[in-house]
Amino acid sequence: MTTVLEERLTPLPTKLSVERVSKTFSTSQGRVRALDEVSLQVRGGEFVCLLGPSGCGKTTLLNIIAGLETPDTGEVFADGKRVSDAGSDRMVMFQEPALFPWLDVMGNVLFGLKLKPEMADAERRETAESYLRLVGLERFLHAYIHELSGGMRQRVALARALAPNPQVLLMDEPFGSLDALTRDQLYGDLQAIWQERRRTIVFVTHNAREAACLGDRVAVFSPRPGRVQEDFEIRLPRPRDINSVELAEHATRITRALKSHLKPGLEEVGE
Amino acid sequence: MKRWLSLIVFFGAMLILWEFSVRAGFWSRVLVPPPSAVAEYLFSSVADGTLPEATWITFRRLVLGYAAGFILGLPLGLLIAQFKFFESTLGLVALGLQSLPSICWAPLALLWLGQTESAMFFIVIMGSVWSIALATSSGVRNTPPIYVRAARTMGSRGSHTWLKVILPAALPFIVGGMKQGWAFAWRSLMAAEIYITIITGFGLGHLLHYGRELHAMDAVFGIMIIIILIGLLTDRILFLPMERFIHRRWGTAK
Repeated sequence: MTTVLEERLTPLPTKLSVERVSKTFSTSQGRVRALDEVSLQVRGGEFVCLLGPSGCGKTTLLNIIAGLETPDTGEVFADGKRVSDAGSDRMVMFQEPALFPWLDVMGNVLFGLKLKPEMADAERRETAESYLRLVGLERFLHAYIHELSGGMRQRVALARALAPNPQVLLMDEPFGSLDALTRDQLYGDLQAIWQERRRTIVFVTHNAREAACLGDRVAVFSPRPGRVQEDFEIRLPRPRDINSVELAEHATRITRALKSHLKPGLEEVGE
Repeated sequence: MKRWLSLIVFFGAMLILWEFSVRAGFWSRVLVPPPSAVAEYLFSSVADGTLPEATWITFRRLVLGYAAGFILGLPLGLLIAQFKFFESTLGLVALGLQSLPSICWAPLALLWLGQTESAMFFIVIMGSVWSIALATSSGVRNTPPIYVRAARTMGSRGSHTWLKVILPAALPFIVGGMKQGWAFAWRSLMAAEIYITIITGFGLGHLLHYGRELHAMDAVFGIMIIIILIGLLTDRILFLPMERFIHRRWGTAK
C-alpha cells in the first residue's frame, strides 16, 4: 500500500496525451460515431484500463494511440510527439496472439528486435531469451506456435511486445479468449512484470473486475458516441488477487457506473 | 524397414505375376511384353545412352520451363493481389488461361517459335505460370490482416512486410499452386513431346511416340515407367520437404 501511495506523491510526467479525438465509421447500418471528442492523459509508468461494453470505441481508441488508425479530428501525443504512424515505442498486444506460424517462439520474439538496427545479433538473442524467461517460456524457445496452448501463445505475444523495449504497451482484451484459471495466472504475471519493468500500459477490457484488478486507473467508456464518462482510481496494494473482497467492491462500484451510462437517464451515478 | 519389405514383396509379386501371365500366353507378346523384355530394353537403352539422353532433354525442358513459370508467376500473383486494377484484368486473364489445357498452345507455339526448344519452354511455362500466379494472389489475399498490423507496430514497412510477413504467410497457398503448376507443366510437356517433333532434341515423349510407331511395346512400357518415376521423384524431392515444412510449422493435418 505504502509504495503505491508514495508513487502518487511524485507527479509523473504525461506519457500519452489523447486530445479531443473523434472518429466516425460508415457501416452498413449507417454512420457510427465510434469516438466523440475523447481526451485522456496517461502518466509515465501508469497502468490505465479502458473499460466499456463492446462497440464503445475503446479498441478504436487503442488503435489510434498505436498509430494503426487515424482520428478524424483531434490528436494523440506520445512523449510530447504527435502520433502519425505505428512505431515500436508503442507496442500492441491484440485480442488474438497474432503470432507468425512460420517462425518458432524465439523467431517471433526476435521479429521486432531484428528491426532495431542498433542492436547486435547476440544482444537480440539475449534480450529475446530474457523476455521469454520473464513470461516463463524459457523451455519453449524452439516450439512452434501451434504446439502452444492459448495462454502460452499470449505469453509469447507479451514477450514479443515487451522485447523491443516500448515506452507504452497497448493491450486489447488480450486475455479475453482464455480460460479463467489461465487468465488469473496471467493477471498475476502481468502485474509482476509491470511492477518490475514499470512500463506504461493501456489495457482495454469489458470486464470491470479485470479492470479493477490491473489498473491504477479505470476510465469508463459509454458507447455511441464513445466517450470517457468516469475515471476511477484504484488504490489497492499489489499484487492484487482478482478474487479478493476489496477488489470486488471496487468492481461493483465501477460496474454500477458502467451500467448507468448504458441507460442514460435511468439513474445518475451517486457518490 | 518394414515399409521397404512390403514394397519389395508387393512389386515382386506383381512382376512375377505379370511375367508368368505373359509366358502362359494370356496376352500377345506384341501387345504386352513381359517385364523381362522391358528390363532388357531399359538396360540396353541406358547402355547405349538413348534413354538417359532423352530423360535429360525432357527433364531440362521441364525444370527450366517450370523455373521460368515460377519466376514469372510469383510477381504476377503479387501484382494481382496488390492492385485492384490488375485483379480485375490480369486476374481474369490468369483464371481463363489456367483453365485452358496448355497443350492447346502447341499449334500457336509451333507457328510462332518453330519446332524448337523455345516452343517446348513456352508450353511448359503456360502450364505452370497461371496456377502459381493465382495461388500466390489468393495466398496474399488470405493473409490475416492482423499479421500485417502486428508487424507494422514492430516497425516493419513496405518490402520488409512483403518479404518477411506476407510471402511467408501465403506459403501454404503458394506451395499448393506450385504443385498444381508442376502437374500441368509435366502433363502438357508429355503431350507436346508426343504430338510435336522437335528437331533440337528427342525427349521421353518422342521415344514413346516412336515406340508405338515401331510396335516396340517393351520400349513403351519402359519409358512409361521412367515417366512415372520422374513424377514420383519430383514429388518426393521437391514437394514433400516443402509440405513437411508447412505441416510442422502450421500444425496442419499430417
